[in-house]
Amino acid sequence: MIQIKDLHKSYKMGSNSLHVLKGIDFNVEDGELVAIMGSSGSGKSTLLNILGMLDNADTGDYILDGVPIKNLNETKAAQYRNKFLGFIFQSFNLINYKTAAENVALPLYYQKVGRKERQEKALKYLEQVGLKEWATHLPSELSGGQKQRVAIARAMAAEPKVLLADEPTGALDSKTSYEVMDLIQKINDAGNTILVVTHEPDIADMCKRIVHLRDGVIVEDKKVEQVRAQQYV
Amino acid sequence: MFDLDRWKEIFDAILKNKLRTFLTGLSVASGIFILVILLGFGQGMHNGIAKEFSNDSANRIFVWTWRTTKEHKGLNPGRRIVMNNENAAYIEKAFGEYLDAKSPLLRVQTTSITYGKETLGYRVQGVGPDYQPIENEFMSEGRFLSEKDMAERAKVAVLSNKMKREVFKKDDEPLGKFIKISGVPFKIIGFYGDPGGDQEEQRIYIPFTTAQIVFNGSDTVNNLAYNLKPQATFDETVKASMEFSENLKTYLKQVHMVAPEDEGAIRVFNTLEQAKRFHNLTGGIKLFFWFVGICTIVAGVVGVSNIMLIVVKERTKEIGVRKALGAKPWSIVAMIVQEAVFVTAVSGFGGLIFSMGLLELVGPNIEVDYILNPSVNFQVAITTVFLLIGAGVLAGFFPAWRAARMSTIDALRDE
Repeated sequence: MIQIKDLHKSYKMGSNSLHVLKGIDFNVEDGELVAIMGSSGSGKSTLLNILGMLDNADTGDYILDGVPIKNLNETKAAQYRNKFLGFIFQSFNLINYKTAAENVALPLYYQKVGRKERQEKALKYLEQVGLKEWATHLPSELSGGQKQRVAIARAMAAEPKVLLADEPTGALDSKTSYEVMDLIQKINDAGNTILVVTHEPDIADMCKRIVHLRDGVIVEDKKVEQVRAQQYV
Repeated sequence: MFDLDRWKEIFDAILKNKLRTFLTGLSVASGIFILVILLGFGQGMHNGIAKEFSNDSANRIFVWTWRTTKEHKGLNPGRRIVMNNENAAYIEKAFGEYLDAKSPLLRVQTTSITYGKETLGYRVQGVGPDYQPIENEFMSEGRFLSEKDMAERAKVAVLSNKMKREVFKKDDEPLGKFIKISGVPFKIIGFYGDPGGDQEEQRIYIPFTTAQIVFNGSDTVNNLAYNLKPQATFDETVKASMEFSENLKTYLKQVHMVAPEDEGAIRVFNTLEQAKRFHNLTGGIKLFFWFVGICTIVAGVVGVSNIMLIVVKERTKEIGVRKALGAKPWSIVAMIVQEAVFVTAVSGFGGLIFSMGLLELVGPNIEVDYILNPSVNFQVAITTVFLLIGAGVLAGFFPAWRAARMSTIDALRDE
């Protein structure tokens, strides 16, 4: 699903440049649930941004579902993001004046899906995350866990190839975190490919594979026995 | 533009941010409102002044002569200029198209006016039949001087109501009686009144031709008085009047060998000059109103772009999220510009309708001197609104473009 080869990225900081990613080689198969771990400054966010086409690599190859991602202009990148990727953010990033259902329907709007179908799909995905009754509520009326579940439903709505979750539990307490991880595991069970950036070992343990980043290189890449979040809920 | 979903996005954004939208709209609506009201009153003043001067017999020109003040063609300054019959005849012939009424005037230098044994202390003027409309005299009894009186050099006189009260109080029927001017008997043929009141009723009118023959013996003309024909519009009337004044002066200066720049010898009093001054003043005021109005609108536009900048700043994160979810840069620009245009258009038309409605309702009821039926040219107003909408596009475009160009990561990081 994802193939990355010798990926380099550096940022210019005044006169000297900061080499953040120093040659990443990394493949993700269809249906994997991968945790990307590392301390801050290890380059994990930069990697996720590049994977999410929010940022461009300096050198190296990135192939997503057989499509080489290179030299995209903004319009093309937007199109690819919409088609291939679903984002789950640490701070949820719901649009605060839209209801839960409208938030979920937003990526479909950019896919030019008709209004009726959008509403149906939005409700379907809200149901999947167990929030169908909250469809008409504004984000401000939802708890943190509920917000993240709406965000997950939104990421799912466009039926992307890959879900990218950036610290999805970073703003949640541990009980809610496990609920969200339970949901993510279930989505993964249904066959979706998911990448989770986290620095929490217990969250990482709930994935099927853990990739450790340190100083811009992968220091460890191992498959793990998945801890089911269900038992903590 | 007619994408229903995008409209829904915009309405959502507008409805969820009522105060912000309201304030934006208010600045635009008040700009248009102020402009329209100012323009309306500018027009009202224009109308009012035009009316004020049009119902007067204000289109009057009075010519008199005095001494030259400049040397010209070897002639010394201080020469007394005197007009004559030939001058009057030439002007009538050459500028007849301008004239509605015309009359020469001769002041009779008289020692005594008597009625029976009574001595009267009035002035005697020789004038033509047209002098009645020129001076706005109305007849209370009998008739005014006629062309026949002029031709026959009749010894007839027209007296005023004031004189009738003062002199003929005992007599029942003064018409047909005689008064003596410097010993020459004149038959009373009528009594006139003047809207100006008693001060304007001190003159005894006799035929101009008689005055010349009996009291002057030459062809001297003291004054020339004219009423000009009104033209289709006030502006044209003023223009014609000024033209006539100038032509008249030029002719008289030439024929009496007065230096062209000598303003002392030939004097012309033109009542419209006063009107024209007012007219120019309203022109100036109108210009000023335009200026103020446009400044107001510029302020409105600046307000809109300011608010759009804030809107974009406020929504940076949202724009980042939208882009992450697959919004193309142009759809972001279109969304924000469309919102700006929608708000300016609705509030612009709102201001327009409100202000025009107000002018329409209140305008005709305004009863103030020099303001009549303030109104505004609809075409002008609608053009202004469209200009404002155009400005709204620009006002929305630049912040939107900046937002769309901003990197998605930075936008997402914005708190």
